[in-house]
Amino acid sequence: MNYFPDEVIEHVFDFVTSQKDRNAVSLVCKSWYKIERLSRQSVFIGNCYAISPERVIGRFPGLKSLTLKGKPHFADFNLLPYDWGGWVYPWVEALAKSRVGLEELRLKRMVVSDDCLELLSRSFVNFKSLVLVSCEGFTTDGLAAIAANCRYLRELDLQEIEVDDNRGQWISCFPDSCTSLVSLNFSCLKGEINLTALERLVARSPNLKSLRLNRAVPLDTLQKLLMRAPQLVDLGIGSFVYDPSSEAYIKLKATLVKCKSIRSLSGFLEVVPCCLSAIHPVCQNLTSLNLSYAPGIHGNELIKLIRFCRKLERLWILDSIGDRGLGVVAFTCKELQELRVFPSGVDNAAVTEEGLVAISAGCPKLHSLLYFCQQMTNAALITVAKNNSNFTRFRLCILDREKPDPVTMQPLDEGFGAIVQSCKRLRRLSLSGLLTDQVFLYIGMYAEQLEMLSIAFAGNSDKGMLYVLNGCKKLRKLEIRDSPFGNTALLTDVGKYETMRSLWMSSCEVTLGGCQTLAKKMPRLNVEIINEDDQMEFSLDDRQKVGKMYLYRTLVGPRKDAPDFVWTL
Amino acid sequence: MAFERDLNLEATELRLGLPGTQESRSNKRSLPDMNIVDDQGHRSGSSRVISNASDATKSEEETTPPSKTQVVGWPPIRSYRKNSLQAKKSEAEASGIYVKVSMDGAPYLRKIHLNIYNDYPELLKALEDMFKFKVGEYSESEGYNGSEFVPTYEDKDGDWMLVGDVPWEMFITSCKRLRVMKGSEARGLGCAV
Repeated sequence: MNYFPDEVIEHVFDFVTSQKDRNAVSLVCKSWYKIERLSRQSVFIGNCYAISPERVIGRFPGLKSLTLKGKPHFADFNLLPYDWGGWVYPWVEALAKSRVGLEELRLKRMVVSDDCLELLSRSFVNFKSLVLVSCEGFTTDGLAAIAANCRYLRELDLQEIEVDDNRGQWISCFPDSCTSLVSLNFSCLKGEINLTALERLVARSPNLKSLRLNRAVPLDTLQKLLMRAPQLVDLGIGSFVYDPSSEAYIKLKATLVKCKSIRSLSGFLEVVPCCLSAIHPVCQNLTSLNLSYAPGIHGNELIKLIRFCRKLERLWILDSIGDRGLGVVAFTCKELQELRVFPSGVDNAAVTEEGLVAISAGCPKLHSLLYFCQQMTNAALITVAKNNSNFTRFRLCILDREKPDPVTMQPLDEGFGAIVQSCKRLRRLSLSGLLTDQVFLYIGMYAEQLEMLSIAFAGNSDKGMLYVLNGCKKLRKLEIRDSPFGNTALLTDVGKYETMRSLWMSSCEVTLGGCQTLAKKMPRLNVEIINEDDQMEFSLDDRQKVGKMYLYRTLVGPRKDAPDFVWTL
Repeated sequence: MAFERDLNLEATELRLGLPGTQESRSNKRSLPDMNIVDDQGHRSGSSRVISNASDATKSEEETTPPSKTQVVGWPPIRSYRKNSLQAKKSEAEASGIYVKVSMDGAPYLRKIHLNIYNDYPELLKALEDMFKFKVGEYSESEGYNGSEFVPTYEDKDGDWMLVGDVPWEMFITSCKRLRVMKGSEARGLGCAV
């Protein structure tokens, strides 16, 4: 029942911003559904194959910002063949045809071609923001098109992308009239860049807040850029190599002191550690620091740096920091909320359970963790759970697969059990180490808010997977590799998968027959078998184990762009 | 004692499994050798083998290899990150962290790994031991004082520089080769003999 005119309701809906809330609002009644859909500006599609672009545009004609995710998470680790899918061209094409006033496009794990970028740049007059994370398929030619044609471009953000064929001239393609840049991140590009063009671009971008450079930008250019943009809030340094007694370096030090707004620092792709003292004045205001691509900063220089960072809320680091370094973090960074420790690949550099315990004791606000370590003990995890029940994301990766607690030689079931029991708001969990079905019993029992679970080399039997499917009511994404879960686990509650975004199972015990049964029962799921090396043929044995299976709910049936090696059952 | 065999200790044994389950497998679930990975990262065969008796004994023998065989996608790091750290490692190797060392008058050259030294004194001591000579006292203004041997290096630009002028880390990334100069030639580089 509406006692207010539509405009009033629409105005109220303006304050409802999260997609979840807007989805809920649209279910109240037909009238609210209509008002909501016509006023929705920002749409998030977690799986680009769950829906078609035409239907999205049909429902949300006022769409301005679109976020799309393509490949499943395990594609990041080379578990998915190169041309499995996730092409974004059809989406851009459909949007272009429809005259949607697209302003923002955010893509993750999708394949983006130069043609697509060209089409994008020419089709939307008000296009402002392009964010690509872990995407592939384009060259700097595509970037040149974006630079040249998007007159009001505010944001061009490339994260963790391997871009081929680097020619630094794309940066010269920004016209002189382009003065609207707020954020420019090309740190992942490997090639040379036209430094003069870059300097001029920064000089005419008074609103520039975020600038992340690649390694081709030397120190003296950095100094010039900072002179032009002292208002920067987020800085990614490419190359930081210089003689500390040189004039250029002294100039840089002085310039950095003037950049009082910098709150986020990253990069140092090339670095001479003795130059780092220039950075120390910036450290005291930092809330975010990413040194995970800077293996050149380690040992005492790293620790010295950390000691200045008292306000840090987010820290991404390599395991060369060691337990000792983590102890310094625990002592210094009392505001820390998110910590990621990545493996540096150096044999004797690593962190253990000691570092994690120190952090959990010293950083009360920590709620998001990604931790690659040499070993972990149940006792440590139990202590961590006692110290900190705030975790929303807890991802632990013990580098040695299936490694037990080295002290007791027991599986890590009890440790992870303590974590899920204590952290009632846990939404994301990744497991590692030696684990039996018991850990899944605990997860099913306690992890009530869990939305995403990653399992590798764990469990003993179908019971494990069943505990999770039965217990975790809010589960959206489940990804499993190399674990002994088979058809019984897969088929016991087939309806569950329609409540989830997707399920990935590779090198498990499910068979072709099991997958076919599932596909038959659930027409609104796409059950894809990814078949490499002609392992299986169509007429093959139902009992054949499936190498890789990816299933997801969808409203549009089997996708038409699946390559030959993908069967949708 | 014969009694003990009938005590059925197994029933009272504390285990982590649910009551009634058998934990009949060894700690190592999958045989590492099963993960055969070709160049494109395609894996043939299943990587998991459910333990039965014969497998259990097999895996006992192969258990705890000092380093497990590599498996696709482990550790779970994005390929972008893996490639960039890998590139840095091979860059470090390619940029001459292993450098040739020549000594004037010596019949053959040596090669040393610069990275194993932490600073100049360590490096110079190693050179002294290797070629049986002594360098003089280093000072910024005068170079090496008190010996006819002077340590020099060729940098990235191809210039011959005196060892010791720039910070250590800068030195090891720019040093292409080392040469211990002797006698009159050394004088040009600031040897005040």
